[in-house]
Amino acid sequence: MLSYAIRRLLFLPIVLILLALMIFALQMMLTPMQRLALYAPSPDYLKGGETFIRSLIDLYGLDDPFFVQFGRWIGNVVRGNLGWSETARMPVGQAIALLFPATLELALFSFIPVILGAIWLGTKAATHHNRLTDHSVRVFTILGWSFPDFVFGLLALMVFYGSLRWFPPGRLSPAMDAIVRSDAFHRYTRMNVLDAILNGNGRVMLDSLRHLVLPVITLAYVNWASMVRIMRSSMLETLRQDYVTTARAKGLTERKVENRHARRNALLPVTTVSGFVVAWMMGGVVIIESIFDYHGLGRFAANAAANLDFSAILGFALYFAVLLVIVNLVVDLLYAYLDPRVKLG
Amino acid sequence: MRTIRQLLRNPLSVVGIVLLLFFVVIAAFSPLLARPEPYQLSPYQIPRDGFWQAPRDPGPGHPFGTTQGQFDIYYGIVWGTRTAFRIGLGVVLVGAFVGMTIGAVAAFYGGMIDELLMRLVDVFMSFPFLIAAMVLTTILGKGIYQVMLSLIAFGWMRYARVLRSEILHIKESDYVQAARASGASNRRIVLRHILPNAFYPVLVQATMATGSMVLAASALSFLGVGTEPGYADWGQLISLARNWIMGKGGNPFAYWYTLVYPGMAIFLFVLAWNLVGDALRDILDPRLRGSTHA
Repeated sequence: MLSYAIRRLLFLPIVLILLALMIFALQMMLTPMQRLALYAPSPDYLKGGETFIRSLIDLYGLDDPFFVQFGRWIGNVVRGNLGWSETARMPVGQAIALLFPATLELALFSFIPVILGAIWLGTKAATHHNRLTDHSVRVFTILGWSFPDFVFGLLALMVFYGSLRWFPPGRLSPAMDAIVRSDAFHRYTRMNVLDAILNGNGRVMLDSLRHLVLPVITLAYVNWASMVRIMRSSMLETLRQDYVTTARAKGLTERKVENRHARRNALLPVTTVSGFVVAWMMGGVVIIESIFDYHGLGRFAANAAANLDFSAILGFALYFAVLLVIVNLVVDLLYAYLDPRVKLG
Repeated sequence: MRTIRQLLRNPLSVVGIVLLLFFVVIAAFSPLLARPEPYQLSPYQIPRDGFWQAPRDPGPGHPFGTTQGQFDIYYGIVWGTRTAFRIGLGVVLVGAFVGMTIGAVAAFYGGMIDELLMRLVDVFMSFPFLIAAMVLTTILGKGIYQVMLSLIAFGWMRYARVLRSEILHIKESDYVQAARASGASNRRIVLRHILPNAFYPVLVQATMATGSMVLAASALSFLGVGTEPGYADWGQLISLARNWIMGKGGNPFAYWYTLVYPGMAIFLFVLAWNLVGDALRDILDPRLRGSTHA
């Protein structure tokens, strides 16, 4: 198992380099002039006339052959210098480190209801196959799956913020934000709810929870669909296995058969999909973070993409690639643990 | 034929098919349903009724009201149906073609080529889809073709994976072995046995993806990197509604129509494709055969 993990990790640098190459190729679709403009600290910087601009292009080697430029670029990255992000106005590494806890907090709060709800609903639908419960669950999931998250989010804001004023956007209200930023408040993890508990500050905790409600509901609702479907069909398949019939035949109650024999095996495909969902959530949910003005990695990446802030785009993509490998590895190991038949080799 | 009969027997997929036909009719008759003004350069450009910022309520001339900048919502939704079909079908057809070619090459040649192509798939997959599409659209500039190209460039991978694994699976199956033993040529085995069977899972994928590609394109417009301003595109209508969700003068729902009509259009369109795709999957997946409505 250890050798399997190591082999998977050995592939990582290759994927990362190819990914960097791809992003660099995207950047090279722009002319040297456009690329110079992207890195200019201010518009005035480029007001020196044509010969001056030419000299800048030569100075930074923006006209050099592709791989010379790529080598220079990747050289910096390998030395740990991800560059400066103009969108975040700080070094890319620092921006990712600062925003990661926010995205992690959102993902944690959403993932737990998603997985528990999906297991529960999926099991219910499968054990009541083709009856009312099953049909309602199917309709609910397909509706959720087709509903655009940005429409859902805007409607939620209209009702719960515009009309009822219950759940505002952002991460904290201004007064609480001031408390969090003050010296008296220790930011252990930068996850607001957890930090508030560690500081024993109930008001900050309630305020951060209040800001989490709408993004968490939106995120959970759009993710339930796929998870419930997987759980339902895998539970249906398991319930038709011979060993389940055997368990029934030896006189176990239906409840025991479902809980002890069927469900455990039916959870296997759910594990795989959970991996995807976790990775996707931790990659920053671009739309939801943008709508609810939640300052996390997704919103940062979207701003970076819209402004062609390539250092930030690369930094974010590398972060996501590493995350993906780790999540996949954890899923594989978990799979081997849940299903003794699976041998990793 | 059997597939179509089964599709028509499942109530959910019938709803999907009816919805799809409804949208086809709207798209086909859009010049009649929403007549372009003679001064318009392109029928896809939504006509404006003045330059006032705040949306105006539904009324004569504007059955669904106007959105920010006085773009007519009804016109945008009718012509947006054509945009949705062009994006959904265009992206899926080209994406599936590219992906299937790569998947088939990987599966047939195996070895180094397979390894290389699959690592390429990995690399494309580890770049978050929406961000990647945003970057490419920003570089290419606003417009429907730029959006489509970006969605294709980062959306072909799943077809490659599905087709490759299906082919590898079928290659080892008993009936292909039987065909080989009875002396069928390689060409015949590939054309008659492997490709038709491997195609169905791709078809299911493609049907489901049509809806989600329209969602992705709308998301790009919503994030401000999609179509040109004023282009008849549902995502753009929603992004124009974004500033008005707080309403006015104590009534938060004052501008509900700017969000609800285009939102309904996207939702129903995606729902239609998902219903059909879902039913297709149940029908074509032999493991579930007999277990569902079909």
